[in-house]
Amino acid sequence: MTTPLLELRDLSVTYPGTAAHGLFEKPPVFKALDGINLTVMAREALGLIGESGSGKTTLGRAIMGLVPASTGQMTLNGQPITAVHGAARLPFARAVQLVFQVPYASLHPRQTIGQTLMEPLKIHGSIPPADMPARVNALLERVGLTPNFARRYPQHFSGGQRQRIAIARAIANDPALLIADEPVSALDVSVQAQILNLLADLRRDQGLAMLFISHDLSVVHHLCDRIAVMYLGRIVEIAPTGAMVSRPAHPYTAALMSAARRLHAKPGAPVPVILSGDVPSHAAIPPGCAFHTRCWLYQKKGRPARCHSEKPALSVLPDGRQSACFFPGEAQTPALPMASV
Amino acid sequence: MTLLDVKDMTVSVHAGARTAPIIDGLTFQIKAGQCLGIVGESGSGKSSVALAVMGLLNNDALRIGGTIELDGTDLVTLPSAQLRARQGSDIAMIFQDPASSLNPVQRIGAQIIESLRAHRRISRSDATRLAVEALGRVGMPDPAGMMRRYAHQLSGGQRQRVMIAMAVILKPRLLVADEPTTALDLTIQAQILALLKQLVRDTGMALMLITHDLGVVAEMADDLIVLYAGRAVEAGPTAQVLDHPRHPYTIGLLAAHPVLETRQDRLTPIPGTPPRLWHRPMGCAFHPRCKWAQDACRAGVPAAQLVRGTQTAACLRLDAMQVSA
Repeated sequence: MTTPLLELRDLSVTYPGTAAHGLFEKPPVFKALDGINLTVMAREALGLIGESGSGKTTLGRAIMGLVPASTGQMTLNGQPITAVHGAARLPFARAVQLVFQVPYASLHPRQTIGQTLMEPLKIHGSIPPADMPARVNALLERVGLTPNFARRYPQHFSGGQRQRIAIARAIANDPALLIADEPVSALDVSVQAQILNLLADLRRDQGLAMLFISHDLSVVHHLCDRIAVMYLGRIVEIAPTGAMVSRPAHPYTAALMSAARRLHAKPGAPVPVILSGDVPSHAAIPPGCAFHTRCWLYQKKGRPARCHSEKPALSVLPDGRQSACFFPGEAQTPALPMASV
Repeated sequence: MTLLDVKDMTVSVHAGARTAPIIDGLTFQIKAGQCLGIVGESGSGKSSVALAVMGLLNNDALRIGGTIELDGTDLVTLPSAQLRARQGSDIAMIFQDPASSLNPVQRIGAQIIESLRAHRRISRSDATRLAVEALGRVGMPDPAGMMRRYAHQLSGGQRQRVMIAMAVILKPRLLVADEPTTALDLTIQAQILALLKQLVRDTGMALMLITHDLGVVAEMADDLIVLYAGRAVEAGPTAQVLDHPRHPYTIGLLAAHPVLETRQDRLTPIPGTPPRLWHRPMGCAFHPRCKWAQDACRAGVPAAQLVRGTQTAACLRLDAMQVSA
């Protein structure tokens, strides 16, 4: 079996909580990520979806080394990167790059586009300084802009153009993996498609692997080979895109799919599953399966004790998909709506 | 019967000798119990439509033209005291970000009671009872307990429910909702949309839904207007427009958005970006991004034409597009 490009084993990230506690007591722990197991193969596009607070952004930042992992292992091309810091991390930093959500905040307002694009080249000393201006021009053209952008400042550009610049900066040193955290959610629909096509081109032409973090199912569905679904810091389902969309294995995924199928919903289409209640807070993650408080399948099955006492592990189903539910396969039947709104 | 009748609405901003139209000649009606969706990208003027209908564009730099009639009364020319009496009671509004619409240092209950007592002469205890009822009606758990909470103690979905409770407590005829679910998670969005639908069905109020999300419109609206650079480029019954769009912008928007049902190799983006307010193109504002554009499109503003039933599209090239389709 080939070595995965990126492998996460039992990765957890915790923060000290802010809830009230005694002066000499340890502060309560806030679990942002809880036992994440995930692989990204070379050239693969893996989608990571989840609602706010699910931990998807923290996962991206943990891989980048921007937040420390509390337990677990991360390897890049088989080499451990979990506890590598400082200068020793540079080669890994070069191989994994991040594109942020808001292109208005992620570009330095007082640096020209040329300076912004040259910075990663300088840090990694990847090419001789004399070749840098030509490289900047090539990068700009690669993302669909023209070389005359190099002398201008971010304020002159629209959101879509800025996101192109941010992507050019991320690919400056030919990374193996691009982590894109909601790269199109701040953009208008007509401009979104331009950026999604650019990302698809980069994948095809440069063999980039991608971890695409988004709350928008249709966008992830369009771009990714596989999708991982997160809920309250855990992965609840991993499956190839087509299989997940047509036959979700986890009841939470089924509810997400149902909420997302709104455009062109025809009369007579299955009634959408509407989850009751809010996503619980990280300070009070429900015992057992964290999703059971909102789960329609749990209600339908007559509230089995297992769901609220035992944590379901992410396990492999007969068809190769992974789901963290005690009732694999039962989420696929068209579900009845939850009554309470 | 028609509840809101907007004719040739214009909103323009003045800076020195220069004028720019934010909204340029918008005409539409909403009937009681109906939902009208107004769809547009950022800068299309969709929020200005909402604020103009609410009478909230009292700004020296802005001019409002045309008529906005609610039940036969023109809100544009209505004296401010009378307009004030209608705001919040006959027409109410909910906003995109419930976190910044609620007062952070006042309890939820006090805020609901305040808006209630601003319009009705009722005792504090009656107001409290009505407020608790309203919170229950919008599906808040423990309505009486919620009255004593502060906004920061609620989730995003709960805050939007409080905003909705406040908006509908005086039984408005028209609810204006400006991107009511954009800041919310997908599963919470579904809850809030279901709640709005239920309120429209139960109370017969009309809903004017402003959004950038075609999926939300498809689910909620009976009719829709597609707004581009301050003008209605296409309008009509929602299902018909989404299934058979005729304006190049609507066609482009639908093609640009990935859908779950089919897997496309490539999306078809609309080239370029929406025009900025002070740089709107001459003629049809969409022509620089339109592959069907001709000289005539640059010269004159196309008028809305009936294309099928009540569906209208404002495009000079409808015939050519039909041939190529």
